[in-house]
Order: sequence, then structure tokens, then C-alpha cells
Amino acid sequence: MSLLTTLARLQAVRSGRAEPLATVLHRHLVERPMVLVPLAAAGEAGAPLAVMLGRDRERPTLLTVPQPLDRDRRFTFLAELAAELLPYLESFGEQVEVLTKETKDAETGEKTEVSRELCLDAPQIIVPNRGGIDLLGLLGRSTRFRRTAEDPDPGPYPAPARVPLLGRWLTHLRERSQVPGSSMLLAMTDLLGRHWATGQSTLEDQHLGALLAWLDPPAGLTGTEAALRAETARDERGQLLCPPAGPTTDPRFDSGLLAPAITRYDAARQLEQAGHPADPAAVAAREQDIDDLLRSILLPVWDQLWQGLDLLRTLPAAEHLPERWTGDRWSYTAHRDRLAAGEPPQPVQDDAVTAARKLAQREREQTTVEVQEALDDPLAMAEHRLAGEALAGVVVEVEAAYDTTGRSPKPRPLVTVRTADRPHADLGRELHRAGGPAKQQARLYGVDPGQGTITVQLVNGMGRKKEPEPGSVPAPGDQVCFTLFELTARQSAPLPEPEDTPWTHGGPPDRSGTEGRTEGRTDGRTDGRTEER
Amino acid sequence: MNHVETGEPRTPLEQRLATLRGGAPQRGLDARALAALAANPGCRRRAVLDAAGVDKAALATRLGHPAAFGQSPFAIGRGLAFERRVTADGCTELLALLRRHLALPAPYNQADDDSPVEIPALVTDPKRPAERIASTRAALTRAAARPGVWTLLDHPLLRLDVAGSAVHLEPDVIAVRPDGRWTVVEIKSFPILDGSADPAKVGAAARQAAVYVLALRATAADIAGSDARDSSPYREPEGLAGAPTATALLVCPKDFSNRPTAAAIDVRKAMAVTRRQLDRLTLIEQLLDALPPGTHVDLDPSRSDGQLNSAVAAMDAAYSPDCLASCELAFHCREEARCGGSVEALGRGVRGEVGSLRTVDEALDAANGTPGDPGGPGDEAAARLGRAAALRAEALGTLGALAATRVGARTGGRE
Repeated sequence: MSLLTTLARLQAVRSGRAEPLATVLHRHLVERPMVLVPLAAAGEAGAPLAVMLGRDRERPTLLTVPQPLDRDRRFTFLAELAAELLPYLESFGEQVEVLTKETKDAETGEKTEVSRELCLDAPQIIVPNRGGIDLLGLLGRSTRFRRTAEDPDPGPYPAPARVPLLGRWLTHLRERSQVPGSSMLLAMTDLLGRHWATGQSTLEDQHLGALLAWLDPPAGLTGTEAALRAETARDERGQLLCPPAGPTTDPRFDSGLLAPAITRYDAARQLEQAGHPADPAAVAAREQDIDDLLRSILLPVWDQLWQGLDLLRTLPAAEHLPERWTGDRWSYTAHRDRLAAGEPPQPVQDDAVTAARKLAQREREQTTVEVQEALDDPLAMAEHRLAGEALAGVVVEVEAAYDTTGRSPKPRPLVTVRTADRPHADLGRELHRAGGPAKQQARLYGVDPGQGTITVQLVNGMGRKKEPEPGSVPAPGDQVCFTLFELTARQSAPLPEPEDTPWTHGGPPDRSGTEGRTEGRTDGRTDGRTEER
Repeated sequence: MNHVETGEPRTPLEQRLATLRGGAPQRGLDARALAALAANPGCRRRAVLDAAGVDKAALATRLGHPAAFGQSPFAIGRGLAFERRVTADGCTELLALLRRHLALPAPYNQADDDSPVEIPALVTDPKRPAERIASTRAALTRAAARPGVWTLLDHPLLRLDVAGSAVHLEPDVIAVRPDGRWTVVEIKSFPILDGSADPAKVGAAARQAAVYVLALRATAADIAGSDARDSSPYREPEGLAGAPTATALLVCPKDFSNRPTAAAIDVRKAMAVTRRQLDRLTLIEQLLDALPPGTHVDLDPSRSDGQLNSAVAAMDAAYSPDCLASCELAFHCREEARCGGSVEALGRGVRGEVGSLRTVDEALDAANGTPGDPGGPGDEAAARLGRAAALRAEALGTLGALAATRVGARTGGRE
């Protein structure tokens, strides 16, 4: 946490409600995102219990697994989830723009035009918290290697047809969510935590109900009181008034309501299987009971997610959002192309080159997102100013000066700025102008703490003539900002193709496609959960 | 094992702690509680209450801030089923894992190791801890005398002296290997997925295993007749006293199945940390001396909540939000910290950032430049906060104006 965030939290403690951490919205929000609340079965790794999802606030779809240990029920659930999610995920693959780029052929040196498709939009899924993202990743991991009945060797437990495809999409979304600044799969607690500071710790902010209690406390309550109520208040049955936003459920819900309901369902199933057609609707009724229970704890979270979206939409969108969303569109398009090309599912472990590329991309995107947020939001720039990495203020004097060392004199005007900022830099240090009309660099020329001014010398971005282009040099009274850091992320050193992985890094990966196969086989044969029942 | 009977108080310290408890039955310190001490070593309240064996969950309920802990019946069921599976059929699966994952010296490192396996019957009656400890000790002594045999002790009971009082610990399994070394086996129900597991859970398991290794070392030293107190985890004693290895075997479900897999984890660091914390616990007497005379946290309904509150308040707490995940009293301490305006309620790191300023009000006064900040005019933290507040106000206040000039500059540049 930075000092400015800490200060905002301190202010929130005093004011009793959340304080802004941003003046603009820093993550792209599509008009109608897919809102999804996943629940996991306690104690089982990545075993789903229920999902509530949809793009219409008034009409959520509920999918449940009445008996989480039953493999068939889980497959049915995953097939239903695939039927709900895949049409949405695939719907963006049709509409594309075609971008052409001129490239030089490496061997002949001839210029050729390469055209690539880029999908016009991409899907966006909003889950309550990072646990939800992790659960979707686990579901992706557990389903993408599954074999289906259409497979030449389907194994003893073939999965429904579209389930492995769902797994590959979920894996991709979860991978993408690791890239800083990406917006295809977002956690509501992260979104709200980026834009507002509460009067509690970041740890407590992971509770979506408590976080929203600070953002929008009910009338007559302070954030502290409302958050405490969200965390601990229980009804007369001992159930939380504000159920946790998943993926785990409240243990007292499990023991008090869910476990008995599942036991009754199991009993009804056993009666049915034993051939007692006493009440043919008994199993369906018990299943309905479980659905009702899960709906009762999912609906409050569902409403919280939409409330969170409403709050986020009160902020104006930051300027660089379309640029970053284009990155998500590229990522979506690339995955669409991989699927169309019939590539095998994403491997369990990346090969050396892919892993290095992913890391380099994440580092680059981290830098980009930090710089862009600073450019978009004075509050984000304030972080850099406080850290001595930027200076901002009002121009008080502009003195024309020239570099006469060359054949013709070049403009090198001196701009004096009134500011209390003290950049951590020696004189002569290169500065970058933020928010100027064009890319422009400057040098730190002088610091006068007595007058409270800093003088910088502009070195480029003023045209080729002796006198600077109009508008390229700030005038007295203008607000200017210069940074010590560059305003674009540097490209990392090129990496070889995976086929050219040097032996020091394990050599070229084995691309015979057996990895996924063996994995699927082991999984299929020894998924012991059902036997355990 | 929360309710191991520890018998009548004997030492003066135990007597004092029993008084503090006010006649209520003592809750035994288990490995989890001992390991958690390392998580927040500065908390005197926790140290005293844990050492006295006070039921903190019941205390928290009486104080009006019940703990939010609990385990789902599904998770408990799954954990038990997994442990049963690992130790089923004379520990067949466990033995296979031990053979595969522990590096034994020659001549026991053959692929087709066929050393005989023994699973001695131990006393299991939870009402007779002394006999359980004796039978564990006897089994270990017997196993030590016969190399070349795998001896697996299922749920043995070990004794560790902590701050003058006895703590009883129950590891899942202790394996005496054919080469005479003893390995602690910890069975957990979180998965090892594609060769890696949740680091927080592995860390907790390692700290717990470290406590068992410490207890096992004490037992080994006792059997060998040497002194275990001064042994560092990084230096293994000679002979029998050095039999327990500092590498524990963590057994977990593999991927999404419930087949077991295992990983050897080095717990020496966790041992060193826990050892240091346990040594600090001997300072309990000093902590007790600091309490007002007659302080006790008797949960008897006849005591008023006010009395109980002031008794708890007499013990200094070191609350940080991390406590919410591990301590039953956390909600009470949080309330207390918030009422006192402590900055630590916002996170441990906050304290470092605001330097000498201890309360929210002090920090905000410094930020607003109000005189009277305790650090004085030269206080760096106060100055930085003041600067931060100015920048924040500027960014939030001049937003409209700044955006307007920027847009103006941009359009101006295009023309």
C-alpha cells in the first residue's frame, strides 16, 4: 500500500465511508458483461457446487450440482454451463476488422502486405473475487483434457461433448486475467478496491459484502458498522444475513442446511434406484430444495455484483481504456484462431519460451498500465509525484533559449514551473512531458527550493524550424507535468521460437501432442471421488 | 486434539495459570496453536491465554464478538476419508510413498526395498494421555533397537515441555525408517495440483510438522539420555538423539483425485522460528507479573461482562488484520483497536508508513498540518503525510480544471 492509499484509508475511517482512489474508471467495462458467481463444494479441489450467471440483472440463471460427489451430476452441470457460456464466448468471433501490415520478407527482402483479423469486441466475465477466478481456472484445468464420446478412445468416463472446449476457454480467460490491466475476466473486489479506499484493511476488503458496506452504507450506519453487520450478522436460524461471495460457502450453511438437504436427496435417489416408485417426483422435489437453498445464498451476491457495477459506472472512463481493451481483443482473437486451427489444449506446464514470453508480456503490461493510469488520472500521477518520479505545476516563466552548437540554432526553451514537487533526480536528467500535445522530452535544468520552482529545458518535439511550432511550448499559466519514467513500456529482448529452445532450457518441447492425451487418460481412469462415495 | 487431559497442575506456574483460568478445564495447546504463536509473536494476550489454556472461542462469545471459524462437514468428511485411505490396509499406500519420496542411504535405497513393516499397537484411549505417551516412547525405543525395519506409529502422542507446562501433541504418523531415522508424516486434504500446492497451506503444514519434529527430538534426547534444549535445528545431535530428521513428509491428494501423493518438506526454518517462540514463552511468568493481582478470565456466568472485559483488556494485544484468519479473539481485538483509533487496524504495513504516529487522529492531524503532532515539526513521517494530503487534495479538487487544460492542449496541437 502506498502512502496515498493509506491516507485515503485513514480519511475513510474518519468519514465513515469509502474515499476515492481514482478519478476515472481504470478498467474497461463492456455494456452488458456476463456476471457469474461460482460456488465450490467444500473440501473438494475444484468441484463445482453451483453457478449463478447471466447478462440480465433481472433474470439470473442458476445451475447446481445436487450431489457434488456424483460424477454424472457434475458432468451434467458442466454441460449446462458450457451451453450457457460457450454461445456467449463464441459470439464475438464472427465480427472482425482486417488490419494490414507491411512486412519485409526475411529472405528475399521483398515488401509484402500481411493482413490479420481482429475481432471487434471480446467477452467480459465479472466474478465476485479472486477466489472465483481461481475456481474457474481449476474448472478449466480439470475439464480441458477430458475426452468425449466422439473421441476415438473415449475411456470409461467420457465427458459431454462441449465440456473440454469450455475448459479451454476458462483456462484462457484465467490466463488472461493474470495480465495486468486486462479486462476479460475481472474480480469485483479488485475493481472496487482499485477505485475506492475503505476504512479497513485490504484483507477485509476481500469480503465483497463488507467492501460494499463501506462504499454504500445503509442510512444511519457508518462503514465500520455496516461492514461488521455484513461480516457477522446472522438470522434466527444462525445463517449469515450477507452470505459470503464464494467460492466457499459458510460452514454453518453447509452443516445446518446444505448437508441435510443433500442427505435427503441421496435418500430419495436410493429409494428410486431400489425400485420404489412411491413418489416419482420425490427426487425432483429434493433437487428443487437444494436449488432453492443455493439460490437463497447466491441471489444476495448476484445483487452485490450489479450494485458494484452501478458504482463503477458512475466514474468516467479513462482515456487509455480502448487501447488496453484492444489487447484483450487480440488475446480473444488469438485464442479463437488456435481453436479453429485444431491445436491441442493448453499444456499443464508451459515450455520455456512460452513461459518467458508470458512473463515478459506481464512485466511490459504492468509498466504500461502504471504509466497509462498515471496519464489518465491525476490521483495516480500524484503517487509518482509523491515518490519523486514526476513533477507537476503551473508554468510561471518561459525563456527562449537556443542550442547553437550545430549549423543552425535549435530551440531549447527554459520552462520554469511553480511546484512543491521534488523529483529525485540530478540536474541534466531526462524528463518526459505527460499530457502534452505530442511526445516531448526535457532536461532538468534547475531547482530553486527557495522560490518553490523547478526549471526544465525542452529538448525536442518543437518542429524543425528555429522557432518552436506554435502550441508545442507551454505558456505561462499552463498546467504541465513531467515524469522521470518513460511513457511507453520498452519491448523486451526477442525470444526464440519454441522450436528453437536452446538445450540450456530443456530443448524444443515435445509437440507430438501426447502430453494432453496421457493427462486425460490418467484423469479419466482414476478420478476416485465417485468410487469413494 | 483440543481436549487432551493434562492432569492436575503441579508447578507453581501451572498453579498460577490455573488461577487465571478460574477453575475452567484447561484447553490443551495443540500443534496448530503452537505454530500460530509464530504468526503473531508480539501478542501478549494470546500468549497468556494460550499458555493458561483458556477457551478463547467461548471467551470471544462471552465478550460479544464470537469467532467466525468453523469447518464444513463436507471438508471434515473429505479429510477423514483421505486419511483413512492413506493408512488403510496396514498403511500400504503410505509405505509406497515413503519408499518413493524419502532418500534412504544404502543398502536401503533399492527399488525393491522389502524391509519388513511393523505397525505396533499403541494405547489410543484419549482419557489416558500418560499411558499413550509411554506406549509411544516404548514403541520408539523398541524400533530404535532394530534397524532394517519400517515401523509406522499411527497417531502416537508426544509430550513437549513448553514454558514449564506439558503440551501433548499428536502427529498423524511417525515413520521409523530402516536406516534408523524418524520421519514425521503429515496427512492433509488439500491437493497437490500439477506438482504444486497452495503455499499458505503448505506453510501452515510445515509449521505444524516443525512442532512435531521438535517434540520428537525432545523424546529422542530423553530416550538417549542427552539434553535436547540447546540443539539448533541446523545441527543434528549425535546418536539416537539425532534420529528425528528435519524433513517431514507431506501427504496430499493428487490433482483432482483422492489418490495420495507426497512431497518431502524441509522444516528446519519453521523449527528455528517455533523454537525461538517457545523459548520466549518462558517469559509467561513476567507477563503474568505485569497483570493486576487477582486478574482471571473465569467464564462462569456469575461474572459480569464488565469484569471479564477489564480482565482481557489488562493483557496487551497486538492486533493486525492477519489475526482474523487465525485467532478466535480477533473480532474483539479489532473492535478494541478501532475504538482506540490504532492505525494497525488498517494493516500491518501501515504502521511502518506513518512512522511515529500511532492513531488515526494523530495521522490525520499531521496530514492536515494541524499543530500538536507528537513527532514535532521535524518529524519526517508527518511531513510526508502532509505532502501526500496536499497532493491528494489537489488531484481530487482540480480534476475538472486539469482535464480541461489537457484537452485544450491536445486540440491546440492538432490544429
